[in-house]
Amino acid sequence: MNKYASIILGIAFGFILTKSEVISWFRIQKMFRFEEPYMYLIIGTAVIVGIISVQILKIFGIKSITKEELNFSGKVLNKGTVIGGIIFGIGWAITGACPGPIFAQIGTGEYAAVSTFVGAISGAFLYNLVKDKLP
Amino acid sequence: MEIFDNLNWLIYGILIGLFVPTTLLIGNKQFGISSSMQNICSVIFPKTKSIFSGYDFKNHEWKLYFVIGIILGGFLAANIFSETTIAYLPERYYTFKGILTLFTGGLLVGFGTRYARGCTSGHSITGLSLLKLSSLIATISFFVGGLIYTFLF
Repeated sequence: MNKYASIILGIAFGFILTKSEVISWFRIQKMFRFEEPYMYLIIGTAVIVGIISVQILKIFGIKSITKEELNFSGKVLNKGTVIGGIIFGIGWAITGACPGPIFAQIGTGEYAAVSTFVGAISGAFLYNLVKDKLP
Repeated sequence: MEIFDNLNWLIYGILIGLFVPTTLLIGNKQFGISSSMQNICSVIFPKTKSIFSGYDFKNHEWKLYFVIGIILGGFLAANIFSETTIAYLPERYYTFKGILTLFTGGLLVGFGTRYARGCTSGHSITGLSLLKLSSLIATISFFVGGLIYTFLF
């Protein structure tokens, strides 16, 4: 995917994330405290739309515009899926941001999120330092 | 129910879900963001590149540009196409302690998403759209982690 298409899609995604407020720490709190169904409805709708889209692509055997067979492969399932997943979930609840929203929060002017960003890069680096020693 | 008086969630949910077929169709790329952290790290600190053994930088390079776009999109949505100012983070995070808390949380986000091989976009949106078991287990784990922190700390 070329850089211009990537930037334009990114702008659209950042705009949607921000307008929908899924980048809001307050919305994430209300999700984990089951105080409002808003986040569940958004994620649920997105997944349903994703499932239908993927089925359409599969049934009609649609190829990418680069004429490639589409990549429907999954990610590996191992202990890291669960342990890493729980670690990330804790970070998500603390910061109110998963990786995409970190960038959107910075864009809106929430400069404290730069600290989340520095932490996330450090975390990715740290993981690679110790990955051979992890279960 | 009050939530059905305003159907914004439906529109936003549909728009977010459409990123799955869009990146597949345009570049045959699975939609995901967290691996961008490794690309950014290698751009800022080129000497660290050797540590990311087995990671296909080229395949994920588009995410570097994608996240630059997200920053711009966030700026436009909050500052240009907006009449009101909304806080996305609590004010107490703008203290020394708060900054440290965010750094620690970010550390867990960066570490956890690499260990689990994906985040909300890669696992919960893309992986679930592809009906993958690993992504269902990852998504449940994300919520278990979030609930542990929310109710135990």
